[in-house]
Amino acid sequence: MDRSFVAQNPSVLVFLAILSLFTLGVTILSEGVGIGVISTSFVKTLGKTLCLGLIAVAMDLVWGFTGILSLGHFAFFGLGGYMIGMWLMYERTRLIVVDSLAQAEIPPTSTEVVDAIATQVFGVVGSSEFPLIWAFSHSLTLQLILVVLVPGLLALIFGWLAFRSRVTGVYLSILTQAMTLALALYLFQNDSGLRGNNGLSGLQNLPGVTASQDVVSIWFLWASALALGLGYMLAAWVVSGKFGSVIRGIRDNEARVRFLGYSVEVYKLAVFTLTACIAAVAGALYYPQAGIINPEEMAPIASIYLAVWVAIGGRGRLYGAVIGAAFVSLLSTWFTGGQVPDIPLGFYTIKWVDWWQVLLGVSFVLVTLFAPQGIGGLFDLWTNRHAPQRHGAALGPDESALREKEATE
Amino acid sequence: MSTLLEVSGVSVTFDGFRAINNLSFQIGNAELRAVIGPNGAGKTTFMDIVTGKTRPDEGRVIWGEKSVSLLRMSEAKIAQAGIGRKFQKPTVFEDQTVQENLLMALKNKRGWLGVLFYRPSADDLDKVADLASEIGLKDELTRKSGELSHGQKQWLEIGMLLAQEPRLLLVDEPAAGMTPQEREHTTDLLVQAAKTRAVVVVEHDMEFVRRLNCKVTVLHEGSVLAEGSLDHVTSNQDVIDVYLGR
Ligand SMILES: Nc1ncnc2c1ncn2[C@@H]1O[C@H](COP(=O)(O)OP(=O)(O)OP(=O)(O)O)[C@@H](O)[C@H]1O
Ligand SMILES: [Mg+2]
Repeated sequence: MDRSFVAQNPSVLVFLAILSLFTLGVTILSEGVGIGVISTSFVKTLGKTLCLGLIAVAMDLVWGFTGILSLGHFAFFGLGGYMIGMWLMYERTRLIVVDSLAQAEIPPTSTEVVDAIATQVFGVVGSSEFPLIWAFSHSLTLQLILVVLVPGLLALIFGWLAFRSRVTGVYLSILTQAMTLALALYLFQNDSGLRGNNGLSGLQNLPGVTASQDVVSIWFLWASALALGLGYMLAAWVVSGKFGSVIRGIRDNEARVRFLGYSVEVYKLAVFTLTACIAAVAGALYYPQAGIINPEEMAPIASIYLAVWVAIGGRGRLYGAVIGAAFVSLLSTWFTGGQVPDIPLGFYTIKWVDWWQVLLGVSFVLVTLFAPQGIGGLFDLWTNRHAPQRHGAALGPDESALREKEATE
Repeated sequence: MSTLLEVSGVSVTFDGFRAINNLSFQIGNAELRAVIGPNGAGKTTFMDIVTGKTRPDEGRVIWGEKSVSLLRMSEAKIAQAGIGRKFQKPTVFEDQTVQENLLMALKNKRGWLGVLFYRPSADDLDKVADLASEIGLKDELTRKSGELSHGQKQWLEIGMLLAQEPRLLLVDEPAAGMTPQEREHTTDLLVQAAKTRAVVVVEHDMEFVRRLNCKVTVLHEGSVLAEGSLDHVTSNQDVIDVYLGR
């Protein structure tokens, strides 16, 4: 990344500056290492929000820039979480087992230790043996590699099959939903090897770490901020050059890109796989902060929310995706957390816990209809950029093409 | 003159309608050819077949010295082999600047990794600037191409075609929506381009075709009706009946 990259993309610098200030500010105000204004649980919420910002960047790359409306990226996010969760659970259980067996007169053999861990971990699904997929769970390094390898490989295979047969538009979206649903249903089974609907839990406890959650939450906040910063720079770099031109061309008019000699399928596959890996990294940082992961997290609806965040934030501009994800998910936490006062109408009381979804749905429809440039469009008012005057014509013939109001002059 | 592209016995049927019917066509290495014919004659479909967009039901399409068949190649591979195409309706990337459009078309590596790490060299930028002045868009390099006029988009697309440096240019109605001066300029460009490569021009405007001063192929109902100089084909009674006489 050379100087000209930053020079040509001043918004990257602004974004990184705001992200750093935010992280620093939260740290100073935190319970763990600062003056105690922000509770540890809220620090975790903010850390998780940064991870959601990162997967939103991935979604914007694949949908906003390449025009592939994937409704399956939360599957990759969840898989990333599972991969790191396996090590966290294994290692923490191992420490407990070793500790308790240390009391015994005869020192335990290593098979005894492994068996004891397996009984602890899989007792809940009536098993006492490690399934094959846990073969590497003893090694942090290997599981970290799997965090990107497993979702990346799944994306590569799925994408290869889908793009090769030129499935596009709505059909592709449905296919990604089907993939997500199949994966979630599989994981719900007790013999899936990942503890069925119990999922993996206790992930907030880092094995061998004695620091309190107050401090650990700050570590994760910083790690999430770092990942978001790096992911954002990577995405901005990817879209800045000719590669960005080609993928935006694919979004607006993929047939034309083919006739220029670019193999559209390969480009789509590259973007799909790269963004799956970014989503997986986001998930691997998210779930240790959430403490638990279960198949519910990978339900198809989660991936649809992701598309809603990016649409509300503004498709095709990276900062818009982050803002959309942060804004909507924090608002959702607030509404569903029960802090918002109910509105008594006399004949009916609006309980926000129930009505929040409706509100979100309605805002999504309104944004799509009346302000397709989303929250990110507010920055255009500020920098005085306008949508082109095209009398309603989109910027290309494809279904995914940028619409008149989404574009800038 | 050696043959660059040879189409033989090609037929295409859409839902029972035979759009191309046992069509045969040849063009040499540095040749300019005009293709005329009434609406629906199959001119655009012919280009679709050569560029891989439409697969024919039967027939052969043979390319280059090594005589490779284009029928099993993808659109991208055919384009990489050296066939460039300008569409009937100007299709440029409207959300991108004139410069971005030209850089994307410029002959360079097409693989995704090469493209990811590509940054335009001074040489490439010079080429783009030269092309831009040739097509009269020198002052519009940083403008989004969606803001250009219809004629300017036609120009940009011709520029992109030249930037690809193809061995065969397929040009579908390049002069539509252009002023008389612009048409003249287009003729010059095409004649110039045909000195070093093969150029196939589809056009309705007879004046335009006359100025190209080249061999003419008349298509009708998906096959060749007549071929030869413009004067030769325009005096052909069949051609007068189906095309000129209307
Ligand atoms: N994809 C398709 N499906 C069905 N019919 C098609 C398709 N493409 C072309 N046709 C038909 O094939 C015939 C030839 O079309 P084509 O576009 O090649 O004509 P053309 O010579 O380019 O005409 P024009 O001068 O109007 O551009 C037309 O009757 C058209 O309706
Ligand atoms: Mg046509």
